[in-house]
Amino acid sequence: MTPNLSDLYRQVILDHSQHPRNFGSLDGAVAVALKNPACGDEVTLFLDVADGVIQRAAFEGHGCSISMASASMLTELILRRPLEEALHLNREFRRLLQTGQADDPDALGDLEVLVGVKQFPARIKCALLSWNALEQAIEGIDGTGGNPP
Amino acid sequence: MSDFPLLEREMNGKPLIYLDNAATTQKPLAVLQSMEQYYRTHNANVHRGVYQIAAEATDLYEAARGKAAAFLQAKGAENIVFTRGTTDGINLVAQGYLASRLQPGDRILLTVAEHHSNLVPWQRVAKQRGAVLRFLPLRPDGTLDLDVAAREITPRTKLIAVAHISNVLGTIHPIRALADLAHAAGAAVVVDAAQSVPHMPVDVQALDCDFLAFSGHKAYGPTGIGILYGKKDLLAQTEPVQYGGEMIDSVELYDSTWKPAPWKFEAGTPPIAEAVGLGAALDFLTELGMDTVHERVQDVTRYAYEKLTQLAGVTLYGPGLNQTRGGLISFNVGSVHPHDVATVLDACGVAVRAGHHCTQPLMRWLGVHATVRASFGVYNTRDDVDVLVQGIQRVQEVFLP
Repeated sequence: MTPNLSDLYRQVILDHSQHPRNFGSLDGAVAVALKNPACGDEVTLFLDVADGVIQRAAFEGHGCSISMASASMLTELILRRPLEEALHLNREFRRLLQTGQADDPDALGDLEVLVGVKQFPARIKCALLSWNALEQAIEGIDGTGGNPP
Repeated sequence: MSDFPLLEREMNGKPLIYLDNAATTQKPLAVLQSMEQYYRTHNANVHRGVYQIAAEATDLYEAARGKAAAFLQAKGAENIVFTRGTTDGINLVAQGYLASRLQPGDRILLTVAEHHSNLVPWQRVAKQRGAVLRFLPLRPDGTLDLDVAAREITPRTKLIAVAHISNVLGTIHPIRALADLAHAAGAAVVVDAAQSVPHMPVDVQALDCDFLAFSGHKAYGPTGIGILYGKKDLLAQTEPVQYGGEMIDSVELYDSTWKPAPWKFEAGTPPIAEAVGLGAALDFLTELGMDTVHERVQDVTRYAYEKLTQLAGVTLYGPGLNQTRGGLISFNVGSVHPHDVATVLDACGVAVRAGHHCTQPLMRWLGVHATVRASFGVYNTRDDVDVLVQGIQRVQEVFLP
């Protein structure tokens, strides 16, 4: 099958990549910096967590439109969510990219437009870069119950 | 060209336009057939058997060495070491030749544009021996200033390692002039010829380089095989970095002696079929004529440079058309990320490279995170460039409406 460019580069993706939301750093937050050495994309995800709930989320970095849009949408989606719920969304998003279908598609909101990435296997790692950072951030927080002192 | 079976396939429903030749080239039928023929009729281990097919395999393997020597205008086959590729060859020079000669404070001179394969091995040996890496700057157009180079080369400079053609900028560096400066100061010159040997005539004696490395798979041959050329006295002074069977002369329980160069560098069973395939690739290029290959690639490159220059919002890197440049062009399309450019081109059937091209320090020097690179081979035509240009226009429609 011929992959469809307009499925990949939906307007909402271009909008998020050209005008990323929550772009910047957060003082005192948990920060996880990841890079994709194959292509040079870099994302640092900042999570401010209190009482097991994400109070603030932001990201910095540079990369292709898919990695930037995915990170931008991630920070919007996980805001004010309990960590457990953020991990659930993480699993749903990965399922969407792998199978083209999430179990709980409504939960993903705008992120569902990234389903087009499934047709472009080389770009899945771009969409997942910020989500890998989210997983690592939550793993770190789980041990301490919140932001480092 | 109908000699390249892979080029007949489609990509994403479009005829494949393969413009990633600086990464690897496609293989002519003659190369594929030579390797199949080797396995079908001559396969045996080399340098040992007394039976007929073992002698045939050895003859084929050593004939490939002779073809490489002739291709590079080397004095003889004893100047030619079979390696796994350019990286392997450079590592052999760094550890086998340079390491034991390097004193603390000695200098290794590179340029800021080197491929990681011609940078990281020197970082390693410099750290091991307390030596210092120095980097020649480039002019804004990506060319070397020989006056600056002359000032930078001192009696402490033990070795200069430079790409013949930059794999990002396309600059063709003045190897002979650098070699003259280096030799006057007692330094050795190592040439990363991965991008030059496949697409232009290379004469190691005219260049007067001390070592020169290239990869078979970038020269229309198979992966897993490359060539390190070395001057005879320098190869004799170079220690092996791998030890075992094949490379030995005689073995006692506690000590052994080696064969002479180049065989002392080829421990273990070598990639015999790959050597045969590389020999066939060099025959293919020789039959075409390297002047013809060079002219063809130059023509397509110049045409592409002119066409890309005419596209609004496209930034090109490296020397302009007033200079001879290698068969590759790095560029960016406005602020669109190179991976997004490459994905749109992929959907148009055009294969290009996007990223840092194994030259992260050069990306910082250029002030970019990444570029798109189109690199041309002997089978590419002006028509291919036209499809590339249409693809870039499609990129602009998607991202810069």
